[in-house]
Amino acid sequence: MWSARFSKVPLQFKNQHPDCNQPLADPSLIACPHCDLLQRISPVPPGASVRCPRCARELGRSRADSLNRSLALTLAALALYLIANGLPMLGLHAAGREAFTTVAGGAHQLWLDGQPVVALLVLFAAVIAPGLQIGFLLLVLFGCRRERPPFWVGSCLRPLHFTRTWSMIEVMLLGVLVALTKIADYATVLPGLALFALFGLVLLLAAVQSCFDPREVWERIEWAEENVRLHSRLHSPAQRARRAREALP
Amino acid sequence: MSASSPTAMDQGLQGCPVCSLVSRPAPGSRKGRCPRCDEPLVFRKPASVERTLAYLIAAAICYVPANLLPVMTTLTAGSRESDTILQGVVLLWSPTGWPLSLIVLFASVMIPSAKIAALLYLVFTVRRGTLASGAQRIRLYRMVELIGRWSMVDVFVDTFTVALVQLQPLMSVEPGPGLLFFAAVVVLTMLAVESFDPRLIWDAPGLKPAQRKVQHA
Repeated sequence: MWSARFSKVPLQFKNQHPDCNQPLADPSLIACPHCDLLQRISPVPPGASVRCPRCARELGRSRADSLNRSLALTLAALALYLIANGLPMLGLHAAGREAFTTVAGGAHQLWLDGQPVVALLVLFAAVIAPGLQIGFLLLVLFGCRRERPPFWVGSCLRPLHFTRTWSMIEVMLLGVLVALTKIADYATVLPGLALFALFGLVLLLAAVQSCFDPREVWERIEWAEENVRLHSRLHSPAQRARRAREALP
Repeated sequence: MSASSPTAMDQGLQGCPVCSLVSRPAPGSRKGRCPRCDEPLVFRKPASVERTLAYLIAAAICYVPANLLPVMTTLTAGSRESDTILQGVVLLWSPTGWPLSLIVLFASVMIPSAKIAALLYLVFTVRRGTLASGAQRIRLYRMVELIGRWSMVDVFVDTFTVALVQLQPLMSVEPGPGLLFFAAVVVLTMLAVESFDPRLIWDAPGLKPAQRKVQHA
């Protein structure tokens, strides 16, 4: 029902901003983000990657079935994220008493002990940023499943770099490991279910990183005049690969 | 190589950091927006060198109290013991715990200082207009970008030690004032990395983006 309603909305998104740049006629032209070298990318053969000749920055990689795999992994990550943040992560057993804490509970205790700034930083890096990362990824990937993805899918890609930089679950896990070793000297430590969920979450988010190809998203979004878009679609690596596959007997 | 290699800026073009579309800004304009994803575009991050340097100076200042003030205070029946980061490393050192102790030493003491030194080197070579060894410097930048986040590890160690060890009146752990400064060092160095524009490493000295455009026009 939703897709039926949205398909009546004008589908062509043309940036109306007064500062908007003019797209080029040749969409295979790329500027390396690390050295600004202007270059043309040829189609990437399966299993290979393209690197900038000057600074060796990876510019593209062929990823099979990128969007479907990313969606599956991100959904699994969402499930683990909910477990990791809803259940207790660590317990302590000492002198006949037991205490449990969740991830957010750690930040809460810092807040109570007079470190509100650090508490917010911990909450952001361990809970909010990973949550935003998963949320934006899901918006993009579900949006792309529609017959004609709406243009806001593109805007949802923009905060992904920021959330990836500040989401530090893997660092937190190492910190938890060190804290456990410290405490284990004088108390029994009980690992909670959330701790294992966090381990899985780190692996899944890394897998999503290596699967997800934003260029696939752009091929599905209508963002400019029909002819520019068509041109960029016909010459995209994925389309070329698909045509090559169809040409096989 | 860099003199002969055409950059997007040389051609008056801007590459989008989000969707990697290359587009042309309106004539005479140094700023623009990506026509595809609406990201604000610039030729080079504005005042990149100055902002990176400012973050680095702030981080270096915070680095001193971060290492001198206690990050954790342990309260046991009647006694009170404060530990700085280095004391925590020493406490962790044991026949079984020494690898973790080394990790904390590396992540909390060596990475932040190495990061500040590496970025200072990058900023000064860019300011001087050095064009040699660009490949090495971009590798250094990527290493700083990759490893920098791991210095947050001590903040998490203290957070979860504090959160777990709350066995009043037997024993409890409180965060110390050094923790705030240490977190500030980590955040400030990460902001410094974000505000440094690696494309400057390859730019010929003495040419501002506007001048380059005029030259080519």
